Amino acid sequence: MSPILGIFASQGRVAANSYESISTITVGAGGSASVTFSSIASTYTHLQVRYFGYSTRSNIVLDTYELRLGTGSIDTSASYSYHNLYGDGDAAGATAASSATTIQPVFCVGDEHPDSKRSGAGVIDILDYKNTNKFKTIKILGGFDINGKFGAGTQYGGRVGLTSGLWQKTTAVDTITLFPSNGSWGQYSSFALYGIKGA
Amino acid sequence: MAAGSTYSTIATTTLGSSASSYTFNSISGSYTDLVLVISAKNSTYNSSSGEVRFNSDSGSNYSYTEISGNGTTASSSRTANSTSLQCFRTDINNFGTSIINIQNYSNSTTNKTTISRASMENGVRAFAGLWRSTSAITSITVLPEGGTTFSTGSVFTLYGISAA
Repeated sequence: MSPILGIFASQGRVAANSYESISTITVGAGGSASVTFSSIASTYTHLQVRYFGYSTRSNIVLDTYELRLGTGSIDTSASYSYHNLYGDGDAAGATAASSATTIQPVFCVGDEHPDSKRSGAGVIDILDYKNTNKFKTIKILGGFDINGKFGAGTQYGGRVGLTSGLWQKTTAVDTITLFPSNGSWGQYSSFALYGIKGA
Repeated sequence: MAAGSTYSTIATTTLGSSASSYTFNSISGSYTDLVLVISAKNSTYNSSSGEVRFNSDSGSNYSYTEISGNGTTASSSRTANSTSLQCFRTDINNFGTSIINIQNYSNSTTNKTTISRASMENGVRAFAGLWRSTSAITSITVLPEGGTTFSTGSVFTLYGISAA
């Protein structure tokens, strides 16, 4: 049986250099309000961001983070929509928004948790990112766990979820930015952008 | 861009007979993330839990949050202080497919987070897991639910992803 790629279902082996590392951002001491990948080449078929991070917003166990795309510059207009399906350890839930200014995936962990070494993680796929005939669909799997529940009344637990997002522009994506809704990405958070080539 | 291969096969195995576990040993620290791809079924139960342990740690250092759907109900649960990390599922009759992402596995500063998705004949699940250890991961043991075995033909493949 041939090895499965793991990211996109595929028969056969991975061709040399069909999955390439484009850029990596690791947050240093002091944090970073956002991370941005810019001037992304149009030589790939799909893009993938793999992240590992947390928000430094104080007094919060759960935080949200946001994603924007752009061509030349980040699009801050109301051109996004998304759906989330998530589990909080107690129940399944769903959120959605249309005509939004960002895509807001499943929560990430905030800074209030006493374990300073925990982070959320996820994988963001942007398929057919350079196609000028279609809007761009984003697929995200992400979440975090904090070993039980924490916060006032032990009300907050981990989160895991799936996100489907839409950027309603036909221009090619060459810029991606991610930022916590409040606060900054904490030290050691890392974001790696990969390009995937078709045949 | 990184020279050479960014997405590399570290090791793969196809079970020629049933097995109570499988271990990937001596995992190099030269990658950024690990991806464990599983195509497996088990001997006894449908929607049977699949678990991992890192570095042979069998202490109560694992926890996870999951969401599941069985065609009738969507639900979520959490487990804390567990002796293994449930991150996939298997059925009896057909091979389920799971992809387990282990980000920043080789760093010695943070605890380790996993994100996984499991697709089976009898349902679909996603997991967020935590191993409360700052040790770099150098081995991964894959385990079926207690009292069961992985069936012949189950495949376990470990990939390494190298960031720039």
